[in-house]
Amino acid sequence: MFELMAKKPAIWLSGEGSNSQIVLSSRVRLARNIVNSPFPSRSDADSREKIISFVRGAVEKSPILNKGIIVNCAELDELDRTFLVERHLISLEFTSCREFSGLLIGEMENTSVMINEEDHLRIQALASGLEIQTAYRLANQVDDELSKSLEYAFDSTFGYLTSCPTNTGTGMRASVLIHLPGLVLTREIEKVIPQINKLGLVVRGFYGEGSDVMGNLFQISNQTTLGRSEEDIVESLERVTRQIIEYEENARKRLFGEAKDQIEDKIWRAYGILKYARTLTSEEALNMLSAIRLGIGMEVIKTINLSRINEILALTQPAHLQKYFDQKMEVGERDRIRADLIRSKLTQPAAEIGT
Amino acid sequence: MLCQDCGKKKSTVHLTEEINNEKVVLNLCRECAEKRGFRNPLEGVPFPLAEFLASMLSQTQIPKADQKPQMVCSACGMSFADFAQSGRLGCSGCYTTFRNQLDDLLRKVQGSTQHRGKIPHMAADGMKPLREERNLQDELKRAIQDEDFEKAARIRDKLKTLIRKT
Repeated sequence: MFELMAKKPAIWLSGEGSNSQIVLSSRVRLARNIVNSPFPSRSDADSREKIISFVRGAVEKSPILNKGIIVNCAELDELDRTFLVERHLISLEFTSCREFSGLLIGEMENTSVMINEEDHLRIQALASGLEIQTAYRLANQVDDELSKSLEYAFDSTFGYLTSCPTNTGTGMRASVLIHLPGLVLTREIEKVIPQINKLGLVVRGFYGEGSDVMGNLFQISNQTTLGRSEEDIVESLERVTRQIIEYEENARKRLFGEAKDQIEDKIWRAYGILKYARTLTSEEALNMLSAIRLGIGMEVIKTINLSRINEILALTQPAHLQKYFDQKMEVGERDRIRADLIRSKLTQPAAEIGT
Repeated sequence: MLCQDCGKKKSTVHLTEEINNEKVVLNLCRECAEKRGFRNPLEGVPFPLAEFLASMLSQTQIPKADQKPQMVCSACGMSFADFAQSGRLGCSGCYTTFRNQLDDLLRKVQGSTQHRGKIPHMAADGMKPLREERNLQDELKRAIQDEDFEKAARIRDKLKTLIRKT
């Protein structure tokens, strides 16, 4: 499954939207539960199946969602599930899903709904660049359409009732995926992260909760969900993100002022490796792509555009690579094929982008 | 394995650096790793909320003699002890059963117990006056803070009519 999908990066990696040189994407997730049904962790097959059919019915009536597809996660093999994690369509936890776990993928892939994960519904909307408002509007619209047919568990004091009390209230987690090589190289990241935490935001690695920092990519999201309106949460994440972008830009300026030769050397070496290497692990590829992204941002490299880098970033992840070529590969073979794909993508003329 | 730099302490930091496709493995103790300048930028960062919740829960007293000894949600059969262990509630009814404990917990974990966001369609009709009242009270507070007493008086009048209606 998903071989066709794997040929192209998701629309939210288009490199469009504001500040997209530093902010790859924005995401909003809403947790919702249906009244009078136990939460998924405590429900039996019957009630899980019922939830799926309720959601299916609501999706059919939703103009935004009804052209999407619903897949049964329990029937997917491990590679398919890893692919969906890489695609940011399901969470790491959902890869060990039980029976009657579903995923709705919206037509444009910028909307999706996990069904029977930790909560009955996890609505997600994604947008390229620093576009948290756009993502929120989209998620909110999906939520409005679904709530016309679904009665949610809601309390006038506690708000939306969720399985974990850390989501109670708005049930909303808004986040940005941000590239901060300047702050990492200058070590200022160590000072910046505690500051971000003080403002009520959490910093995580590339794939969210429990994942490592790779390629200088960080995920920043709101910590609390209760006591503030959705607009308020979105606004404060956006304000802090703009501040971080400013820090990152200053760090880059300083790096280029004080160590121009070393930084340029680092960028061009990365370019050389990607252009000529015959084997590349995903980690090395990610780190080299990080250097090239910095090079594009600082106008050191002018022959590659951001959407191409985002495309390579997406397609060379382990499961994507196997789906792209529609074959299972061992690690060593993957590294060789990855290097081949990157070489060809770097020499492909810009006009062919998106093909 | 001992730290390859000092040869004394146990190595706890294992780094694989890849330079030009050549793997360099370093096994270091924390001190030596820091000396070499390796640090995980996410280290020492306050826990995500879920971990914080778990630590809060382990400190929460499970209700004793004066309350019912084993409070159990009548809808899904979950006890507060189950919740304290898993950190996950069983159903929306748990919010009613464990209201007092959750009120306390949410105050600590979320810093608030009052939802101020969206209200779903199906609940909207019954909740509308409540929402309006809440917004007006917020506006009133702000007007008083800004010392805009004319505006404050207008809002107070609106509040009065709203409360009379409901």
